[in-house]
Amino acid sequence: MECILSSITFLPLAGAILILFVPKEKERFVRWAAVLASGLSFLASLSLLKDFDRAQAAMQFTEKVAWIPYFNINYSLGVDGLSVPLVVLTTLLSLLSIIGSFGIEKRVKEYFFWFLVLETGMLGVFVALDFFLFYIFWEIMLVPMYFLIGIWGGPQKEYAAIKFFLYTLFGSVFMLIAILALYFKAGRTFDILQLTAMNAQFTGAFAIVAFLFLFIAFAIKVPIFPFHTWLPLAHVEAPTAVSVILAGVLLKLGTYGMMRISFPMFPEVALKFAVPLLVLAFINIIYGALCAMSQKDMKKMVAYSSINHMGYALLGMAAFTTTGFNGAILQMVNHGIITGSLFLLVGVVYDRAHTRDLDAFGGLGARLPVYTGIMVLACMASLGLPGLAGFISEFLCFMGSFSSTASPYRVFESVPVYKFFTALSVIGILVTAAFFLKLIQKVFLGTLNEKWKDMKDMTATELVAVVPLTVLTVVIGVWPHWLIRLSDATVQSMKFLVDVVK
Amino acid sequence: MIDHAYWIVLMPILASFIIFFFGRFFPMKGAELGIASMGYCLIHSLYIFGTVAGEPGFTSELSITWFRFGIFETQWGFLIDGLSALMLVVVTLVSLLVHIYSLSYMKDDPRFKRFYAYLSFFTFAMLILVVANNFLQIFIGWELVGLASYLLIGFWFEKTSAANAGKKAFITTKVGDLGFFIALMMIFSLLGTLNFDQVAARVSENLISPTVAGIIALLLFWGAVGKSAQVPLHVWLPDAMEGPTPVSALIHAATMVAAGVYLVARTYFLFEHAPFALEAVAWTGGITALLAATMALVATDFKRVLAFSTVSQLGYMMLAMGVGDKVAGMFHLTTHAFFKALLFLAAGSVIHATHENDIRKMGGLSRKMVWTFITFAVALWAISGLWPMAGFYSKDLILEATLNSHHYVLFGIGVFVAFLTAFYMTRLFLLVFVTDPRNPEIYNHAHESPPSMVLPLMVLAVLAVFSGLVFEYVIPIHKLLELPMSAESAAMAEEAVHHVWPVWAVPALSTVVAAGGILLAFLFYVKPVFSPQRLAEKFRPVHTLLVEKYGFDEFYLAFLVKPLDMLSVGLAKLDYRVLDQLGVDGTAWLTERFSRMNAWFDRVIVDGLVDFWGALTQAGGSIARLVQTGWVQNYLLFFVLGFAALMAAQLRLTVTDILMLFKGF
Repeated sequence: MECILSSITFLPLAGAILILFVPKEKERFVRWAAVLASGLSFLASLSLLKDFDRAQAAMQFTEKVAWIPYFNINYSLGVDGLSVPLVVLTTLLSLLSIIGSFGIEKRVKEYFFWFLVLETGMLGVFVALDFFLFYIFWEIMLVPMYFLIGIWGGPQKEYAAIKFFLYTLFGSVFMLIAILALYFKAGRTFDILQLTAMNAQFTGAFAIVAFLFLFIAFAIKVPIFPFHTWLPLAHVEAPTAVSVILAGVLLKLGTYGMMRISFPMFPEVALKFAVPLLVLAFINIIYGALCAMSQKDMKKMVAYSSINHMGYALLGMAAFTTTGFNGAILQMVNHGIITGSLFLLVGVVYDRAHTRDLDAFGGLGARLPVYTGIMVLACMASLGLPGLAGFISEFLCFMGSFSSTASPYRVFESVPVYKFFTALSVIGILVTAAFFLKLIQKVFLGTLNEKWKDMKDMTATELVAVVPLTVLTVVIGVWPHWLIRLSDATVQSMKFLVDVVK
Repeated sequence: MIDHAYWIVLMPILASFIIFFFGRFFPMKGAELGIASMGYCLIHSLYIFGTVAGEPGFTSELSITWFRFGIFETQWGFLIDGLSALMLVVVTLVSLLVHIYSLSYMKDDPRFKRFYAYLSFFTFAMLILVVANNFLQIFIGWELVGLASYLLIGFWFEKTSAANAGKKAFITTKVGDLGFFIALMMIFSLLGTLNFDQVAARVSENLISPTVAGIIALLLFWGAVGKSAQVPLHVWLPDAMEGPTPVSALIHAATMVAAGVYLVARTYFLFEHAPFALEAVAWTGGITALLAATMALVATDFKRVLAFSTVSQLGYMMLAMGVGDKVAGMFHLTTHAFFKALLFLAAGSVIHATHENDIRKMGGLSRKMVWTFITFAVALWAISGLWPMAGFYSKDLILEATLNSHHYVLFGIGVFVAFLTAFYMTRLFLLVFVTDPRNPEIYNHAHESPPSMVLPLMVLAVLAVFSGLVFEYVIPIHKLLELPMSAESAAMAEEAVHHVWPVWAVPALSTVVAAGGILLAFLFYVKPVFSPQRLAEKFRPVHTLLVEKYGFDEFYLAFLVKPLDMLSVGLAKLDYRVLDQLGVDGTAWLTERFSRMNAWFDRVIVDGLVDFWGALTQAGGSIARLVQTGWVQNYLLFFVLGFAALMAAQLRLTVTDILMLFKGF
């Protein structure tokens, strides 16, 4: 099919437009239309997965149509091993989140409308090969997210929505400047591949400033310390399904942007910033984990754990090795799956108890065996237990970073800087284990809190939304080869990595 | 059979899954499935063991690629050699017996099915670890047994103490695992492979310096310290006794806790490369053996005495590893697996009968539980290291190795621990079975356990009697575990071992101290020549120190757990108050203030200026308007004045001229 990427990207938008024409009382229809639109998009992405040539590093399924020829702006799409996993992750999480949103009663039509617009925005970012188009999709996402948090969120929803919106917009401004600077520097082109190919021209102060401007935009999304404080608030205030998308997909836009744009376009600057990146990854890992440990709100704990987990991805990226990059890509997918399911699961108990306070629970393990089993599995995956998805990617990120030679610096005159910070980051694994076990104990173990003695186990709809993620967690953990193979060829072709043969 | 050895690993995990999801459809809720699969595993393992025993030096390695990244690949492997064959038998045998034993022990438990699923899962993970041919796989097995241990310690999770103990075990061993993980990264980054054979080959080619090899070895050993409950990470094992007793026997006595010893044996080529690493292992083992044995002296909980004893015996094994005799260490691992599993299962039998853990409330049970009593006595004999029991051979080997490697202090510790072991085990034995019943209610209710519990006790008792003899004479364990040595090095080893002390010296000494320990216990508890209470009073501080377990827990709580908690709370506050509220929202506030100032400026200055012009014009207009009176006379006056002024200007008249003009009038 010639336009499979366009189909994947715009099917949700088509669904959104269809929903606009449905009377708002027809809530059932609206819900199923949303499922249909995102489901079709998901199916299309599966066929993409099937037809994707894993041995090829170049862009595939490309589409290119002149859009605004006067400014040399093109509608240009394509995917490679870096974007394919993220496209499929996005369609899957969107579909499951939409199913998980069936409990939404308030302004149903608008909710699903915005959700589908959001999906198109996210997918667009991952498939766009024109910088202008990339920016449009990047900004489009903000609007639905603003409304989804601001209308359907928790007690502080307006505050959270505005903060999220403004913070991200703040970063976008820097990105826009960098985009325009590149446009003129490169002789009027927005073509990402072309810009990457001519990266030798971007040198000196120009490259450093442009890199830093892009870095600010992407760092806010990841989020990298100290740009992360919007995250706990937005994650906590957002409705469950939106938290899933925030953690599962939106954070990856930052790391994706770095791997797709910042690093390939400014390889020399990126390598100069390798050690600062390494240190930031280390801070994300330790700081995120420690902050998570003292949280009382389950959702906030999971939110902070995202900072920690994105730290692992950053660690792999800071390595500038193929192992690290493969690990980082896999970590993005795994974090999406695992943290996505964690947010869904926290939502399950919140729907019943209307609280997420760790101290309010206790002993649910005896009352809700199915829920307990799935939740414990998700926690174990998140703390990096072997046999589950998280371990594989953490393993690759750590191995990649530990064996990196991207910087000759040494700490204490003898320990290579990469080995030093990677070894220290291992402490993050311990702290992660500590707070997830604390969560398990406070919620599920001990004597049953009498208040919840009538609590019901998971419903069929909830299971439909969560179980696919649980199954994937196990499948990737046991058999990760197919997923690593998806990105390997592309990663091997990244000339700026220190262990790629040039 | 060798080519399809992987079924040994697959069977338990299949069983575990089926029991977990479909166990309720089986008449015995899936327990029969667990037992059958373990039976299969044992038979298959025995076959492999037979092959290896019949052909010393036999090795076989099956492997499949797991995943590739770049030029590297990871594997799942099944490595068969003397070491893994021995462990296969130990693990599957004890596991099978525990599976059978639990039929009655867990009979009335509402989560019976889940218990069996966990047991099978544990066995699967342990087998993954045992048959690993590479560091990644052994690490995976290592973590998974940790999970199984966590789940089973906290099996009765409604009890807060059980839930706490599970968490403590997981976190404490995880502290050790961090070292293991860093070792993994070092091996991978320096040698580019994780396969044992390849790593060994590259190490022997001196691709890494002895110092680096030693660091890697010590990091691996740090992992073993966690898993095998060595000082200072031993604190989790006594608490782990919160789990059901069959679990304690299988996981926390016979198999999982021995995994650390197995890891050291498996990666011995790294340790041999760096003598300082071996030295650290030896001293850690010796100190652990001593500290744990002293703590066992005063413990009053049946299972905790056994737990301290396990820690102490694991210390022995590490001591053997450290002084250079990995065979002795593995030998003791094997015999210990049998007699310690027996001790725990016998303890379970007692606890099952009395519903009591406190040995102070027991006494006289020998009359009520004959088989438990007899088998426990056998185990006591074995662990005390008296001829001809299993413990005699393996413990003597360790002491000899320590002496012959000139570690005289450690040898002294080893002998002293042998004495303590005999003493505290006899104390336990006497308090439970021999002395007069101290609690009639418990005594009257006690009864012998059902056959499915007694049978495993008997099997283990037989093994506790004969396994030492078998490995000494029938299947010499040296031949089983060591690759064929060259004649020269064999002769050197021979020379090193003998010619120092008479062959009979160590066995004689250890027999004397063990007998002394037993005798002393009799004098304390049966013939009250000495009074334990008086002794405790006389050495109150020492007694308190032992009861408080040397204060390790308190130390960790005060200096690690609490500071970390405080740090976490502090950082979270910092994150919210400083970074978010002050930084981000502060910026927003400043922006807002600035925008207000801006608005004020706009309103007051910019717009004010505009308005000012307007006002000025208006004011000017108002003033000008005063002139517009509407009286012709006024206008005429202005006209005349104007005309006069113009005239004056035209005539260039100065003020004085005008004044002069007026003067003229």
